[in-house]
Amino acid sequence: MNPAPSVKTLMIDGKDVSARADQSILDAARENAIPIPTLCHLDGLSEAGACRLCLVELKGTPRLQPACVTLVEEGMEVTTQSPRLEKYRRMVVELLFAERNHVCSVCVSNNMCELQDMAKQLGVTHVRFPYRYPRLPVDTTHERFTMDHNRCILCTRCVRVCTEIEGAHTWGVFGRGVDAHLITDLDIPWGTSDTCTSCGKCVQVCPTGALFEKSKVGMQSQKNPDFLNYLNEMREIER
Amino acid sequence: MSKATLATIWLDGCSGCHMSLLDMDERLIELSPQFELVYSPLVDAKVLPRNVDVALVEGSVSSDEDEHKIRLIRSRARILVSLGDCAVTGNVPAMRNSFPVDALLHRVYIENATLQQQVPTERLPVLLKRVRPVHEVVTVDVFVPGCPPSADTIYSVLKELLAGRVPDIAALSRFGI
Ligand code: SF4
Ligand code: SF4
Ligand code: SF4
Ligand code: FES
Repeated sequence: MNPAPSVKTLMIDGKDVSARADQSILDAARENAIPIPTLCHLDGLSEAGACRLCLVELKGTPRLQPACVTLVEEGMEVTTQSPRLEKYRRMVVELLFAERNHVCSVCVSNNMCELQDMAKQLGVTHVRFPYRYPRLPVDTTHERFTMDHNRCILCTRCVRVCTEIEGAHTWGVFGRGVDAHLITDLDIPWGTSDTCTSCGKCVQVCPTGALFEKSKVGMQSQKNPDFLNYLNEMREIER
Repeated sequence: MSKATLATIWLDGCSGCHMSLLDMDERLIELSPQFELVYSPLVDAKVLPRNVDVALVEGSVSSDEDEHKIRLIRSRARILVSLGDCAVTGNVPAMRNSFPVDALLHRVYIENATLQQQVPTERLPVLLKRVRPVHEVVTVDVFVPGCPPSADTIYSVLKELLAGRVPDIAALSRFGI
């Protein structure tokens, strides 16, 4: 048996909380009903630290830290809401919109998209950065699913669910910086992939209109990532 | 109290935002004692007056004519409102931005045309290289996203502006829908 992990005490937004040493600031905050905005985090998957929406302030350091990949420490003093954090979170969302082509009014995920919701939640009413308008492909080769690179925010939820839960390792990230994009297997059309089991898990966890089921549009395209918690619970019981 | 002067302008958009404005129905009558509509696709006035209190702008800036209009309106309006996703983000009109204008015109007027295959050139505004949201061209005071913003949203925005207050847009509307 593993030794019980030690307990840390810390302060989040002036509130005394305790957490296991292996918990992130995000975990500790959510357990105490302190909300921190996130996009790449998804309960049931490993953390990627990809979106930077969960940035928080730590006393004693000028650098902002992502709450999802920063472990709690004894005596930490965390601030989750401040004008500075709001400013950066809004910038993150605006940059996501400016980076690719988001045309909500004609998107399959219109009105059920986590990026769109986040913009509203953070009060983003317009994007101050110039839009890039890159020319990006749409992969329609899979029998049931479509990948629209125009809407991808590179959160890597799909990569993680395919690797960690389905065990298929179909998705990967190719290239760096602004050229980074998703690929299936060794950069072949999704429909010709030997590894994809067509389980649809990547579609269900995708927060935006990047991955969707071909037969479903509008209100039918609602995603249900909750299966993850169920699967993980069942696995815990087996062990 | 003298009436506020209101103008509405239609750049590159589908007119859906103007339809949404009309959708306010009886609430237009409720607000009408407070403003005079001095210039709009909905009225006959041909000339934009010098002093406009509130200008509602629908549509993105897509042609040299749009650019000329929006600069003129900015110079005459006290409060300029970017109304709807085309004005705020570029939206559907900006979907052409990933392609060169020449290729676009060729596709529409030559490749996809069955009759009279020629690119129109006379007496038409010239398309800009890129469609731009209004705030990339002139300063915008109030942003109202939405495709289109609902009649409720436009009503609240107008009511607040006419009362001299700044509306809390994030609570009222969002991109898309
Ligand atoms: S993915 Fe979301 S934010 Fe992007 S266009 Fe679609 S609805 Fe809008
Ligand atoms: S459908 Fe399943 S196996 Fe195929 S890419 Fe998506 S998660 Fe991986
Ligand atoms: S396809 Fe969807 S889940 Fe995958 S990285 Fe892009 S936005 Fe995230
Ligand atoms: S949720 Fe922490 S970086 Fe995305």
